[in-house]
Amino acid sequence: MDRFFRSRARPFRLGAFFALALLTPLLLAPFRPAHAMEIKVITSPGGIKAWLVEAHENPLLAMRFSFEGGNAQDPEGKEGVANFLTAMLDEGAGDLPASVFQEEMDTIAMRLRFEDSRDAFYGNFQTLTEYRDQAVKLLKLALTKPRFDEDAVERIRAQIRANLVYSDRDPERVASKEWFATAFSGHSYGRPAHGTDATIAAVTRDDLEAYRKRVFARSNLRIVAVGDITEEALGKLLDEVFGELPEKADLFPVPMAEPVTGGTERWIEMDVPQSVAVFGFGAMPRKDPDFLAAFVLNQLIGGGGFASRLMEEVREKRGLAYSVYSYIQPFRHTSVFSGGVATRAEAINQSIDLIRSELKHVAENGPTEQEWKNAKDYLIGSYALRFDSNAKIATQLLGLLEDDFGPDYIENRNKMIEALTIDDAKRVAKRLLKADDLIITVVGQPQSAVDDKKGG
Amino acid sequence: MMHSPGGLRLFTWVTLIMLAILPTQASAQPTISEFKLDNGLQVVVIPDHRAPVVTHMVWYKVGAADEPKGVSGIAHFLEHLMFKSTDTIPLGEFSKIVARLGGQDNAFTSHDVTSYFQRIAKERLPTVMEMEADRMVNLRLTEPEVLTERDVILEERRSRIENNPAAILDEQMSATLYYSHPYGIPVIGWEHEIAKLSREDALDFYKLFYAPNNAVLVVAGDVTADEVRRLAETTYGKIPANPHVANARNRPTEPPQRAARRVKYSDPRAGNASFHRDYIVPSYTTAKPGDAEALDLLMKIAADGATSRLYRKLVVEEKVASSAGGRYSGSGLDSGTISLYAVADAPEHLPKIEAALDKVLAEVRENGVTADELKRAQSNYIARYVYQNDDQTSLARRYGWGVALGRTIEQIQAWPEEISKITVDDIKRVANAYLDINHSVTGYLTPTADAGAPAEPPAGGNRS
Repeated sequence: MDRFFRSRARPFRLGAFFALALLTPLLLAPFRPAHAMEIKVITSPGGIKAWLVEAHENPLLAMRFSFEGGNAQDPEGKEGVANFLTAMLDEGAGDLPASVFQEEMDTIAMRLRFEDSRDAFYGNFQTLTEYRDQAVKLLKLALTKPRFDEDAVERIRAQIRANLVYSDRDPERVASKEWFATAFSGHSYGRPAHGTDATIAAVTRDDLEAYRKRVFARSNLRIVAVGDITEEALGKLLDEVFGELPEKADLFPVPMAEPVTGGTERWIEMDVPQSVAVFGFGAMPRKDPDFLAAFVLNQLIGGGGFASRLMEEVREKRGLAYSVYSYIQPFRHTSVFSGGVATRAEAINQSIDLIRSELKHVAENGPTEQEWKNAKDYLIGSYALRFDSNAKIATQLLGLLEDDFGPDYIENRNKMIEALTIDDAKRVAKRLLKADDLIITVVGQPQSAVDDKKGG
Repeated sequence: MMHSPGGLRLFTWVTLIMLAILPTQASAQPTISEFKLDNGLQVVVIPDHRAPVVTHMVWYKVGAADEPKGVSGIAHFLEHLMFKSTDTIPLGEFSKIVARLGGQDNAFTSHDVTSYFQRIAKERLPTVMEMEADRMVNLRLTEPEVLTERDVILEERRSRIENNPAAILDEQMSATLYYSHPYGIPVIGWEHEIAKLSREDALDFYKLFYAPNNAVLVVAGDVTADEVRRLAETTYGKIPANPHVANARNRPTEPPQRAARRVKYSDPRAGNASFHRDYIVPSYTTAKPGDAEALDLLMKIAADGATSRLYRKLVVEEKVASSAGGRYSGSGLDSGTISLYAVADAPEHLPKIEAALDKVLAEVRENGVTADELKRAQSNYIARYVYQNDDQTSLARRYGWGVALGRTIEQIQAWPEEISKITVDDIKRVANAYLDINHSVTGYLTPTADAGAPAEPPAGGNRS
C-alpha cells in the first residue's frame, strides 16, 4: 500500500523501454561491488558466448539476454510488432497450447518476461534450481516454436488495442510519444514504439513469425547469467536454448539520427487538471569521450532527486511539481538528454521557463565545484547498490555487453568518474546543454487557456 | 507482460502489488535476529553478506488510518516534512547528505504504517542511523516551507488521482466500501482537507506518534546483529521513551454490513470501460488461523494471471473482456480486501462481465477448487518466497511490515508452511464465508461518448 512513495524521479508510468534505457548508462565503479563477484566470459561447446557470475547463496538463476534490433526493426505499417511478439511467446509453443504452457510455467514459478526497446528485444528469465531443467525446456520452446494460434493472437491483439486506448489518454505517455515523433520525424525512432490501433490491427501471424526469424539469431545475441549454476551447466543450457537459432540476424539498416535542432514547442490538448511537459535535445553518444561527464552533469541537473537543480528550483523552492527529472539516454543510433515535469495547468509555463533558464545557466557557468563533487560522490558511492541481487547484476552486466564494454569496465568506472574535473564539467555543459535546441511537448489544457489564467 | 494491460491505469493494482510482499516467504529462511532497546524500540536484523551494502528502515506504527477526523493526509504530509530540517540538519539537506554518501533514500505512507529508508554502503550505516534517530524527535518546521510542501502534495494528488480516472473510481469505491473505518479515506487525503493542513497539524501528529517506543528498526545487509545493536544503542538508544505516545490503533470499527453497494463513474478520459469489485475480508492479522492463507490461495486460483479461472472464463472462453484479474491483499491491520477487475471492449458489456464473474465466484463457492489447482498455487507461492531472498529491500520490507503490525518473526516465517497445509475444503469454506456480496462494492468505469480522444496535435507552433 505504499502508493505514496515520495519518489522524486519519474513516477511509475514508464514503459519498459525507458526503464531499461535508464539503467544501462548507470554503469559501474573501481572496486568489487559484490563481495565475491567474478565475471567469467564463457563460450559454450556449441560456440555461444555469455557472461557468468556464479552465486550459490540462493537456489536461483537469473538470465537476461537481448537480441539487437528492438522495435526499430518493426516493418513500415506494422509498428508495434516487436511489442506484440513480447506478449505472444508464452501463448503456447511446440505441442503445448497456451493454457498448458502457462500452467506449466505457473507450477514451477518460472519467471519469463519479454520486453522491447528501440534497439533490442529482451528476455528476462528466472528459475529456481530445482525446476531449472523444466524451465529451460519451456524457454527454448518459447523462443524457437511459438504457436501463434489464432485465438491467442486475437486475444493479445485485443489487449494491446485496449492498452493503446489507455496510453492515448495518459498525458505522460502522450507527451513522450509526441516528443519522439517531433525529435525524430522521418526516422524509425520517431514512430510510435508500440504501434497505433491501425498498425496493430494490420499485424498478422506471419508478421510475428517473420520478425522472430529475422531478429532471433546468434549473431546479435548477448547473454548474462547470474546465480546458482556452474560454467559447465550453463554451457549446456546455452546450447539447448539458443543452439538452434539461425547464425545470422537479418536486420534492416537503421541510419544514425539527430533530434531536430532550432527549438520547438508543441501543445497537445487534453482536458486534465495537471499538464505534463517533456523536454530534451540531442546528446553525445555512449562512446564519446565526453559522455561520462555529461552523465555526471545530468545527475546534478535533474537525475539526482533532491540533490538536483530542477528539483530544487521547481519543487523545493516553489512547490510547482511533485515530479521533475532529467536523464541522458544513449540509443544505438542516437543519444538524447531529456526530462519531464507535471504541473497544474496555470503554472506549466512557469515550470518550463525555470527549466530552460537552469539549463542555460549551467551551460554558461557550469555547475559549482561543490555540486560537481557531490554528483561524482553519489555516482561513485552508489555504484555497489546496483549489484546487490542476482537480478540487478544481470541487468547491469547486460547493459555493459550491449555497449560493447568488457568486464573490466566495472573496475575502471569509478576511477574514470573520479578523474573528471570542473573544467570538464564546464566544457561539456556548453557542448551538451543547448537550450536553444529544446524540443518541448506539452499535454494539457490549451495554451490559450493557460495564458488567460496567467494573465488574469 | 500483456496479461493485464489495464494494469498501469488500474490504480488498485499498483497498491496491491506492494501488499503481496508481506505474506510471501522463503523456505530457506534467513537467520533473523530480533531484540528491543530499553526505550522500547524494536530491532530486526537480516544478514545478507552478498554485497557490501545495507538497507536501513525505520517503521512507525502509525498511518493514515490514525489521523484525526477532518485532517486527512496529515500522516503522508508529515512524511514529506520529515525531509526538511532538524537542529543539526539544515533545510532540505537530509537527502542531499545521503546522496553525497552514495546512498539512496525515500519514504512511504500507508493506512497502517509509515516507513523511512536508506540504501547505502555498509560503512555509512552509523551516519544514517544517527540522522534517522535525530529526526525521530528533533524535526524543525517553518511556516513557508510547510506551505510550499503542501503545494507539492497537491501536485502529487493531481498526478496520482486527478489525472487518472481509474484512481478516481478507486477512491470512490474505497470511500463506499467502509462505513466507519478510516480505510475508506485516501492515504494522500481529500483535496479540500489537504488544502487546509497546517504546520501545527503536522507537529501535533509528529509529537503524538513518533517515538522509539512506537517504532521498528530494520537493518538488512552486510551486518551482524551485534554491530547493529551497538550502533542502535548509541543512536536511537539515547532517545527516551515517550510515555504519552498515542495508541495509534484505537480506530473506529465497521458496523455489520448489510447491503451490496454500486458506484458508477463516467469520465471522458477513461478510455475503456472497466468493471471493478472490492470485498472487505479478514487480513493476516485479523483472520482465524489458516483463513488468510486460504483466501490468498483462493485468489491465486480464481483470479491471478492467465491460468486463473477468471481470465480463462472472461478473456479466453467468453471473450467478453480483454483482460481480467484479481487479488487478495491481507496486510491491513484491521481488515483485508479482495479486489477483482475486468476491462471491457464496450461499456454495454459490463453487465455481461459482471454476470460471468459472479458465475466464476459462485462455482468456486459451490464446488471449490481442484486438488491440481491448489497444488499448483501452493507450489507457486512457496517458490515466490525464494525469489524474495534475492532482494534485500523485499526482505527488509517483509519483516518490517509484519513486525510493525504486531506479528512475530515466527509467524512471518511460518507462512510457507501454513500455505502448504491448506486443503481444498479450506478454500471452499473461506469462499463461502467471505465472498459476501453484502460486504462489497461494485464499480463501473465508463468513458462518456468518445469525447475522450485527445484532439489532433496542432502542426507545430512555437511559443513566442
